[in-house]
Amino acid sequence: MEVKIGRAGSLESCDVLITVFPQAAGGLDIRIASIVEQQFGEQIRVVIENTLAETSVHDAVIEVRDRGAFDYAIKARLLTALGRAGLVKGARNE
Amino acid sequence: MKNLRSLLFVPGNNPAMLQAAGFLGADAVILDLEDAVAMNEKDAARRLVTEALTHLDFGSATVIVRVNGLDTAFGADDIRAICTTRTEAILLPKATAERISEADALMARTNLELIALLESALGVEMAYFVAKASPRVQALFFGAEDFTADMGVPRTKQGHEIEFARARVALACRAAGVQAVDTPFTDTNDPDGFTQDVLRGRVLGYTAKALISPRHVMPLHDLLQPDPSEVAQAHRIVDAAEEAFAAGIGVFSLEGKMIDAPIINRAKHILSLAALYGGGR
Repeated sequence: MEVKIGRAGSLESCDVLITVFPQAAGGLDIRIASIVEQQFGEQIRVVIENTLAETSVHDAVIEVRDRGAFDYAIKARLLTALGRAGLVKGARNE
Repeated sequence: MKNLRSLLFVPGNNPAMLQAAGFLGADAVILDLEDAVAMNEKDAARRLVTEALTHLDFGSATVIVRVNGLDTAFGADDIRAICTTRTEAILLPKATAERISEADALMARTNLELIALLESALGVEMAYFVAKASPRVQALFFGAEDFTADMGVPRTKQGHEIEFARARVALACRAAGVQAVDTPFTDTNDPDGFTQDVLRGRVLGYTAKALISPRHVMPLHDLLQPDPSEVAQAHRIVDAAEEAFAAGIGVFSLEGKMIDAPIINRAKHILSLAALYGGGR
């Protein structure tokens, strides 16, 4: 499967911008920047990790720029970014 | 589907608005995957709405999703995705009897209902048959913006160009026994224009209206309530009719006017609206 950069979401309030990069070296690298990082940084990481596990994605760089998104929105944006990256079914506007 | 007065559009790709949707007082919210979403964001909106429907609480509002039309590359996938959620109804754009049948087939093994958005000359012309194309169809929704575009005529605030089509859809709703949803009023800074537009729909038989602004919710609910004097008169007519019926009289006089079956039926209709909307204006 060809893996490319996939991006979804926005920097609007209550949203999150997630970018998925190919990881040539293998493994997961999750980078989180959030306006509520102190309070919810760990929770955001859990949502990201659970969603990656559900979709069997084990090799990718995930960059998360959060503007206070709820868990459902983080999951939705990650699934869309993964789809656009070609890592899960549900690619762009299929 | 419960009786609805207000159906408020909410853009499907905006988390903040989705999260607020259940708190705005509308009888129903329409999570929009169609016109409110850019072409290159259709996949994102579908994911976001699907997750929102699984995790957000929309309170007492009936939840409806406007999918993309079945004449687009997105419509069928939208319906398949929404079928897995707690949505109560799908609003199908550019509805025709054939499109309703296609949607119905995609919704097999669900209890989802359909609202048919009539916004083309063909759709309006076939309104009754669209309503009857599936038992899932619970309402027809007249969409004036696309309708006037299809007709190639300008859309005006006064709405003379939509009078016939608007009336025709309301008539079809009554004939088919489904709810009638009027077209939105798109100028959120013209409260008087909104009032006139609601009343124009109401006299044609529309019992509900689509809205694009939460500011229109409460004014709409007020405007759709029957007038207290109408309600009081309806009570007098129905009470007198019951007395006449008990005495074996078919036609009688009340306050100098002949009262017969159509007038009694209209009075009963006003009382049912008053009960539905919680009293008089």
